[in-house]
Amino acid sequence: MLIKKPSDILPSEITGKDNYLNRRAFIRAGSIAGASALAGPALGAIVPDEARARLSDVGMSDLSTSEAPNSYDDITTYNNYYEFGTDKADPYRYSQDFKPRPWTITVDGHADKTGSFHFEDFIKPFDLEERIYRMRCVEAWSMVIPWVGISLAEVVKYFQPTSKARYVAFETLHDPVRMAGQRRRVLDWPYREGLTIAEATNPLAILAVGLYGEVLPNQNGAPIRLVVPWKYGFKGIKGIVRMRFVENMPKTSWNMAAPHEYGFYANVNPEVDHPRWSQARERRIGSGLFASKQPTLMFNGYGEQVAHLYSGLDLRINF
Amino acid sequence: MNTLQQIRFIWKPVVFLACLVPVLLVVGDAFGVTGSLSANPIEDIQDRLGNWGIRFIMITLAVTPLRRVTGWNWLIRFRRMLGLFAFFYVLLHFLTWLFLDQGLLLSAILEDVVERPFITIGFAALLLLTALAATSTNGMRRRLGRRWIKLHYSVYAIGVLAVWHYWWQVKQDTIEAKIYAAILAILLGHRLWHYWRRRR
Repeated sequence: MLIKKPSDILPSEITGKDNYLNRRAFIRAGSIAGASALAGPALGAIVPDEARARLSDVGMSDLSTSEAPNSYDDITTYNNYYEFGTDKADPYRYSQDFKPRPWTITVDGHADKTGSFHFEDFIKPFDLEERIYRMRCVEAWSMVIPWVGISLAEVVKYFQPTSKARYVAFETLHDPVRMAGQRRRVLDWPYREGLTIAEATNPLAILAVGLYGEVLPNQNGAPIRLVVPWKYGFKGIKGIVRMRFVENMPKTSWNMAAPHEYGFYANVNPEVDHPRWSQARERRIGSGLFASKQPTLMFNGYGEQVAHLYSGLDLRINF
Repeated sequence: MNTLQQIRFIWKPVVFLACLVPVLLVVGDAFGVTGSLSANPIEDIQDRLGNWGIRFIMITLAVTPLRRVTGWNWLIRFRRMLGLFAFFYVLLHFLTWLFLDQGLLLSAILEDVVERPFITIGFAALLLLTALAATSTNGMRRRLGRRWIKLHYSVYAIGVLAVWHYWWQVKQDTIEAKIYAAILAILLGHRLWHYWRRRR
């Protein structure tokens, strides 16, 4: 098995950390192990119950961008995760003692397979893949993040939604004891998000369980979070405990909080401004004090993969 | 040294240096000496300078009520300096936005000032503050006479505009904006109360 990275980026550009080299060695070792295991049954996704533990058997993806990812520090100290506080540094500060395991995910609604699953069993039928994606926040900043995750399309298929299932609704853990930010009603807890079935089964959509080849940090949504890179960051619901197949468009947290500012679709769109600020340009985190903002791309640059999902839909109305 | 001399040669320089601490910390953090800026350093600098702008507006507005309540008339001797520091921090906040955030891109700047009401409001507050700073010298005060007082009443409007500007750009968690609004309400309310009592 030959694993090829685009040759135009240097490993040092990607992380700037010496662990990159370890990671490469690890993946190489993993690919050899993977090759020898081909005869037997597939291993499936395994995520150790240990902060920052390395993930094994991580595949590569053509959907990854060749842009240089942000540093681990940038990605893990500058977060919006109101469950741990509304300041950007709060999730890092106040999630360190959070124990994301044991963790149960409930799947219900219009599907043939439903029930409550241990996180370990939930991810096991699927394969881990690294997806280096751009992430555009609705606040007009962006990052490039090397997620590790499982394909949401595979997950949806696995649970066999019925013809009545037109949307997938997600919910975050509601536990004000463990998530101090929930003690204040900044949002109507639990955090809720949703996708159409077509969006959820788009190859770009993943449920992330890792970052930089390691277990997903708490502040980034451990143990499992949604990543839909053509949408604004707030669609990427973190700490998921429930996945429901529903017939009608589900309520989503930011839309409930400010319906004229945040829509259900929330596709990245430089043409449609937020009522209080422009979405035409974005600040790339890590570009330094004197770098100018860069133009925001339609669907965050993923139009080729997702534009067809919205043909015939007026994106000014359905923002 | 008499009291006036003490204020002029000891306390004023001390307060002056204390008022510089927030900006020195921003610079120190930018160079990684006193700490570090966030992953979004421009936003960090802009927010911190803006916060101190509002705080100095509040501190300046607190001088008169505090003097009335405590009878410490010497407080008035610091009011101009505190007001000028409010202008200083608001100006730096504006310049950070102009140079670092917008990168002097004229089209984006004009669009923001005209189309984003919270920026229009902040800009109006800055213009008013500039007028007050420009007329803060003894000479200007003498020359303008009664009009000087009328002009400088606009500091109340500046306080309202500043809090409004802050509140309007918050995404969801308005608690800090509400705290500033409450402080402003107390400071302006005290003046109203005082005015009403004297008229009776």
